[in-house]
Amino acid sequence: MIPELGNFSLILALAMAIIQTLFPITGAANGNLAWMSLARPAAWLQFLFVTLSFIILIYLFLTNDFSVSYVAQNSNSLLPAIYRFSAVWGAHEGSLLLWVFILSLWTVAVSFYSKRLPLYFLARVIGVMGSVSVGFLLFMLFTSNPFDRLLPTPADGSDLNPLLQDPGLIIHPPMLYMGYVGFSVAFGFAIAALLGGNLDTNWARWSRPWTLLAWLFLTLGIALGSWWAYYELGWGGWWFWDPVENASFMPWLIGTALIHSFAATEKRDVFKNWTILLAICVFALSLLGTFLVRSGVLTSVHAFATDPERGIFILVLLGFFVGGSLLLYALRAPTTTRSGQFKLCSRETFLLFNSVLLLVAMLTVLLGTLYPLIAETIGVGKLSVGAPYFNAVFIPIMMPIIIMIGIGAIVRWRQDDAVRVWKQLRILFVGSICIGTALGILFFDDHLFRTSVGIVAALWVLTTSCSALLARIKQHQHKLLALRMIPRGFYGMTIAHIGFAVTIIGITITSQHSVDIHQRMAPGDSIEFADYSFQLEALRPVSGPNFQATEAVVKVMKNGIYITKLRSQKRIYSVRNMPMTEAGIHSNLVRDIYISLGEPLENNAWSIRLYHKPFVRWIWLGAIFMAIGGLLAATDRRYRFNIQHQKTVSLPRSSGSPVSANIK
Amino acid sequence: MSPRRKRIAAVCSILAGMTLATTLILTAFEKNLLYFYSPTQIANGEAPTTRSFRIGGLVMADSVKRNNDSLEVSFTLTDTIHQIDVVYNGILPDLFREGQGIVANGKLESDKHFKADEVLAKHDENYMPPEVALALEAANAKMPQQKYKTAR
Repeated sequence: MIPELGNFSLILALAMAIIQTLFPITGAANGNLAWMSLARPAAWLQFLFVTLSFIILIYLFLTNDFSVSYVAQNSNSLLPAIYRFSAVWGAHEGSLLLWVFILSLWTVAVSFYSKRLPLYFLARVIGVMGSVSVGFLLFMLFTSNPFDRLLPTPADGSDLNPLLQDPGLIIHPPMLYMGYVGFSVAFGFAIAALLGGNLDTNWARWSRPWTLLAWLFLTLGIALGSWWAYYELGWGGWWFWDPVENASFMPWLIGTALIHSFAATEKRDVFKNWTILLAICVFALSLLGTFLVRSGVLTSVHAFATDPERGIFILVLLGFFVGGSLLLYALRAPTTTRSGQFKLCSRETFLLFNSVLLLVAMLTVLLGTLYPLIAETIGVGKLSVGAPYFNAVFIPIMMPIIIMIGIGAIVRWRQDDAVRVWKQLRILFVGSICIGTALGILFFDDHLFRTSVGIVAALWVLTTSCSALLARIKQHQHKLLALRMIPRGFYGMTIAHIGFAVTIIGITITSQHSVDIHQRMAPGDSIEFADYSFQLEALRPVSGPNFQATEAVVKVMKNGIYITKLRSQKRIYSVRNMPMTEAGIHSNLVRDIYISLGEPLENNAWSIRLYHKPFVRWIWLGAIFMAIGGLLAATDRRYRFNIQHQKTVSLPRSSGSPVSANIK
Repeated sequence: MSPRRKRIAAVCSILAGMTLATTLILTAFEKNLLYFYSPTQIANGEAPTTRSFRIGGLVMADSVKRNNDSLEVSFTLTDTIHQIDVVYNGILPDLFREGQGIVANGKLESDKHFKADEVLAKHDENYMPPEVALALEAANAKMPQQKYKTAR
């Protein structure tokens, strides 16, 4: 009975989503106030029904209702309660429900926090988001209903994939989806602006904080996924250029370009069409990501579903939304004419360069991800594109981006003096190169060139960001007051850029200086590795709620001083009879030591992998900084006090001096 | 800057970016494409001998042999028609088992001997790599289809 209730609730949600799409959009076109004002209540009711379905699915998992096919396939009575909860989004059907749930959550948030939006505009935004919801609800109801019954009812479920039985997986998918789906808000705003033909700076200002929020969730989601892969897959790798990772990384790249392009559109009334295009593109990539992950066309850890019907359905959805919005763009974009002016040496130029480069970076990732599919379809042969391709292409493209981050932070809007910029930058430029190279030589023995380039790049981003902040403070008489006068968005940008520098350091040093060995060890054996000594103290059996494991206890010493005891387990999950490795990790700010149990050999020995990974934590630490930066920028007071800002909007163009535009 | 010059600058920047990207991609692409060959294709001499490629098949029963002193391991892959011996030095993935479909990257050392740099087995006990499933289908049309239904 309860699963049917969940199903019924989904159907009601679909009905609400259809109302939420049709009436507000046609209402906005005809000027029908009553129809437009249906947008909010329809969105709220849809949220209510989707939430009800979601809660019911959680309930079914927690109560072990194996008469429901999805529960039976992804849960087990022995599964700990917390994983029964996270199993809700552990596979295809449930993660789609999560998708729709988060979409309706964003829609409700928009309806609450956009009270100052004109009704016709809000109606369109909510209508467009409703249409996305219609698509996904139809998809769920027709091809992947999580409430389908299973007859006969099995005695017990076939368990959640052991790989997903991990705390990281409780929050990774919701975070990632908050990001993916959050871009539907930017998409909704872009389409609403195109529909209304009002491509002024207003829509950019309204849409910008939402996009920043989506971006920060996506940043955290990707970082969590990377961290999870690092400790759970037992390979010590943190990024594999796996198609599914790429699927989340591509929207991130374009999302990054978008939040920067928004800055220019909002402040300087430039790149309006470009920003719209990026907003459409980022949402298209989110849909493409869903398609790639869910259709099973790509070989991946994440590809649960391998049902061609589902793939075709998502492809049709993708075609509808991307094709429709690009058509609308083609019809409406040429009508925007008026645009702010800027000189070659201006922040606008550098923002434009960077967003073009980010687009190019995204296209290279897209090509590497899709080429195997294309090659197979056109009969070139079965092939795969490995990590070396991505590294060889992606890193050189990042270099000019990094250089321009530094210049862009210093150079003023509209017009600047190249000589002035050079004077401010030259000491940072030379300093970064000298200090970076010196640090590289001082602390590392090999891979000097690459390490130094990475450190120089990070120092460049770091010092230019700080220098831009100092320059802002210097403009004020009162230095302390200045700290409060500088808008939060500026702090956000500075912190996010510093976070990027931190990530660069992490990636550079980890990838150049990580060492690992595969070692055969029996209890009592010890080995010297990377200045540490590892002694296998014991191998012992351990039993968990739904697995049996062998645990290795390894004592780690450095120069005779005890550091830690690492425990690594090789688990066999009983229901699926599937082995899993739990790594033992000891981490601090400058290095991780990481052990993972390989396979049993003769004479009570095991093969063990040992890793020493310097600075690996910095990769994710940087992502946290970026997310904090995004949060600061999204909560800038000019978004909280919309009306107050409305008056100052026209200022930068009328007030001639670029400095005053900068202060504002 | 006049709108005209601005547009020229924008177009130039896009062109420059595209040229840079295309050059990088084409050079990197050529070097890093990994083609897939089945044991039958290798037996027919279709596989390259100079560059790395990817093979896949089922691990034959009782074919896994370990060296007692090192982590060197050898096993035989089959697509049910032809076999190929694979040598690998390192720790095999969790789901490497006899009878399991796996994929390996590496080079052909001699006629029937493949030196693997990387062995991949996916994290699902029912999973069959699509390449392996296709190779098996190609090799033997009589193979029961439903056994590999997860692959396509």
